[in-house]
Amino acid sequence: MSIQSLSKAGRSELFFQGVLYLSACFLVVLVFAIFLSLLVHSIPSINEFGVGFLFGKIWDPVFGLFGALPFLVGTLLTSFLALLISIPFSLSISIFLGEYFTEGTFSSVLKSAIEILAGIPSIIYGFWGLFVLVPLIRSLQIKLGIMPYGVGIFTASLILFIMIIPYSASIGREVVQLVPSEFKEAAFSLGATRFEVIRKVILPYARSGILAGILLALGRALGETMAVTMVIGNVNVIPDSIFSPANTMASVIANEFAEAMENLHLSSLVQIGLLLFVVTMIVNIIGRHIVKKMSVES
Amino acid sequence: MESTVLKIEDLSAYFSEERILKDVNLSILRKRVTAIMGPSGCGKTTLIRCINRMHELVPGAKVSGRVFLDGKDIYTMNPIIVRRKIGMVFQKPNPFPTMNIYDNVIAGYKLNGIKINRNEQDRIVEESLKKAALWDEVKDFLYRKGTFLSGGQQQRLCIARALAMQPEIILLDEPTSALDPKSTSHIEELISQLKKDVAIILVTHNIAQAARVSDFTAFLYLGELVEFGTSEKIFSVPEDKRTEEYLTGKFG
Amino acid sequence: MQKDTVSWRILKDKIFKGFVILLSFVSILPLLFILFYIVKNGITSINWEFLTHLPKHIGEAGGGISNALVGTGILLIISCILAVPLGILAGIYLSEHRKGRLSYLTRLCVEVLQGIPSIVIGIIAYLWVVLSMGTFSALSGGVALGIMMLPVIVRTTEETLKLVPFELKEASLALGVPYHRTILKVILPAAMSGIVTGILLSVARVTGETAPLLFTAFGSPFMNFNIFKPISALPLLIFNYATSPYPEWHSIAWGASFVLVIFVLILNIITKLVTKRWKVQF
Ligand SMILES: Nc1ncnc2c1ncn2[C@@H]1O[C@H](COP(=O)(O)OP(=O)(O)OP(=O)(O)O)[C@@H](O)[C@H]1O
Ligand SMILES: [Mg+2]
Repeated sequence: MSIQSLSKAGRSELFFQGVLYLSACFLVVLVFAIFLSLLVHSIPSINEFGVGFLFGKIWDPVFGLFGALPFLVGTLLTSFLALLISIPFSLSISIFLGEYFTEGTFSSVLKSAIEILAGIPSIIYGFWGLFVLVPLIRSLQIKLGIMPYGVGIFTASLILFIMIIPYSASIGREVVQLVPSEFKEAAFSLGATRFEVIRKVILPYARSGILAGILLALGRALGETMAVTMVIGNVNVIPDSIFSPANTMASVIANEFAEAMENLHLSSLVQIGLLLFVVTMIVNIIGRHIVKKMSVES
Repeated sequence: MESTVLKIEDLSAYFSEERILKDVNLSILRKRVTAIMGPSGCGKTTLIRCINRMHELVPGAKVSGRVFLDGKDIYTMNPIIVRRKIGMVFQKPNPFPTMNIYDNVIAGYKLNGIKINRNEQDRIVEESLKKAALWDEVKDFLYRKGTFLSGGQQQRLCIARALAMQPEIILLDEPTSALDPKSTSHIEELISQLKKDVAIILVTHNIAQAARVSDFTAFLYLGELVEFGTSEKIFSVPEDKRTEEYLTGKFG
Repeated sequence: MQKDTVSWRILKDKIFKGFVILLSFVSILPLLFILFYIVKNGITSINWEFLTHLPKHIGEAGGGISNALVGTGILLIISCILAVPLGILAGIYLSEHRKGRLSYLTRLCVEVLQGIPSIVIGIIAYLWVVLSMGTFSALSGGVALGIMMLPVIVRTTEETLKLVPFELKEASLALGVPYHRTILKVILPAAMSGIVTGILLSVARVTGETAPLLFTAFGSPFMNFNIFKPISALPLLIFNYATSPYPEWHSIAWGASFVLVIFVLILNIITKLVTKRWKVQF
């Protein structure tokens, strides 16, 4: 091999290393740029409303009044309600797959079903919710004698609950499986039943991991847009019951962003986006941190 | 007569600050098998990895001293050239899993982008496989994946891969430790054949193996070269007490 | 007495197990419902005309979703062109530099990127591309989807590269193969199935994304091949038609949903096959 082609190899190598380095840098720059862009475009709204933006109860583009409280309330209500409903289900799946049926047809059926559930686009959930769930809720509301909107916080929570199960369940399964078998065997050898082992050994051991799964599911629920937008009713007021129509942070952006003409309106919507970005980032980082710590420990 | 192909002078090697090899001096002769022996962790692998400049690839690893290949210091040469001239076979057979047997043998050319015509390729593959005593076993399915072969066959494939580059020296790091007795004796026969063409440096734990195949033996202990001489002498009348203790199984 | 508590404990154990099994299977009922409705309402709309024609005006019968199919295809191509090379390169960097400050920071950013709600990515593509070009466009939609694909590709690339044994790299380097050739010709091919899996997964993930397209690709009733103009996409069409007041449009939306779900499911199956068939034995 000649000297020339060797120095070419050396240069290609430097070039290659440089490209790798730059691609890694690019990802970092990308995330910072996303944050900065959101921040910069939020400035008009931050200047106008300050912290009051978070507590303002009125969102009225016609009068140029932008308070985000209705959406904060809407987001928190739908997300937490969905989490609350999903916990017994995702816990069951975690225990089912992590302890009772770790392999076999039973578990592979459930596993693939959950994978498919996670893979179905949210627009499909929304569409289905709008045409199947909403009429169902409406007839329920008529029976109960409440205003039969059909759409609203509760309907959105139901859809969200279905959508987030795969997230908390898959992490829950992982952490349940991480419980060292010595602990379980020790308890079994003392004559404990399966149920007692699960309650006294597995769940306490896996507690923080299960919590992490719930956090990651929360991160997903907070930012979910289409499914919620289609069934929540899109009303910019603070909901007075869990059956009232409302809006979440994500759904108000979806509804109004394309039509936002006023600079201040756009800026307020971007600021809601910024809030979503920051909150989901914190929730995700904490969740992943817990999962990582757990898998390192065992 | 007997000529030196590789000369190691005051070679020291480090991992971070820890000095693993301490001023090793050693001469390797052409067409001879030199065995390197010593207890586990004494630096045998490190030593041969310094010879083809693989040691410096580990983060924090350093080398001092000089190694001459045909009178030229390899640490002033391009490592890529050095590695093409000094072939290496590892403890665990490591054929390229994405390539078939043919491509595995010719891999040194293909991966380096060295263009040679098909006939020449065929010739190199056949010759290398024959030298590695594998040709008869694989000539009918050269286009199957190399990973389907048995462990011993895989190891011979790796030897063929190294031979294809026409190296001056082949480094073998415990090439039989992952193999069964039959494959081991195959490889040992092969080593005796190969030394007609190249110098061989063989790291081994197996005292009997060193005695069977090597012309010279170096005994390494805690990073120091304790003793070096003809195998005959080392295995019959070792000078150093530590060598004797090792050979009689006191440690290692 | 003693015997009583034991049998009570065993009973509790059985009840609990029954409960776990019941709740687990109840949670996949919605999936069955959804698939049932999509198939029931969607399959009747599907025919050759549906797949190859443009939508008709309200009141006219028939019409299809060809513009949305083409749009989704174009959006996916743009996003793959943007995300695949970059994601693979960053993945290589991370697997080659397991420790180090930049790797740590990059991994953190990939995590953050993965968690960003898709609607926020839509805002970003709007601010960066739509605002600077002054128009909604396929390109801006592709940028949004590309950003969403990145974290999946980076992570799967890093994970699969880490599984490639170090011995292979040594084998190549010991033949005098330069570092970059070793990575490109030995390590990458050995990890190919995992990397392709990652790409397919990320495509499956973004094909159904609607939120980031609402104010980027925007949607269009026409067939469009110009990436600087607004373009339709399957999920956008579903959204617009499902929320319209016209029953004819609803049935088109069901048909489009059927197509979308089938596409995503097929991608998932292909992913499984690739993982199994292409798996390199080390
Ligand atoms: N990557 C590394 N980083 C730090 N120290 C290392 C590394 N590799 C090896 N060492 C140390 O260097 C010393 C020599 O290792 P080496 O592998 O050369 O021994 P060896 O003689 O080949 O042993 P064996 O017979 O077990 O293969 C050992 O003490 C080992 O702990
Ligand atoms: Mg060794």
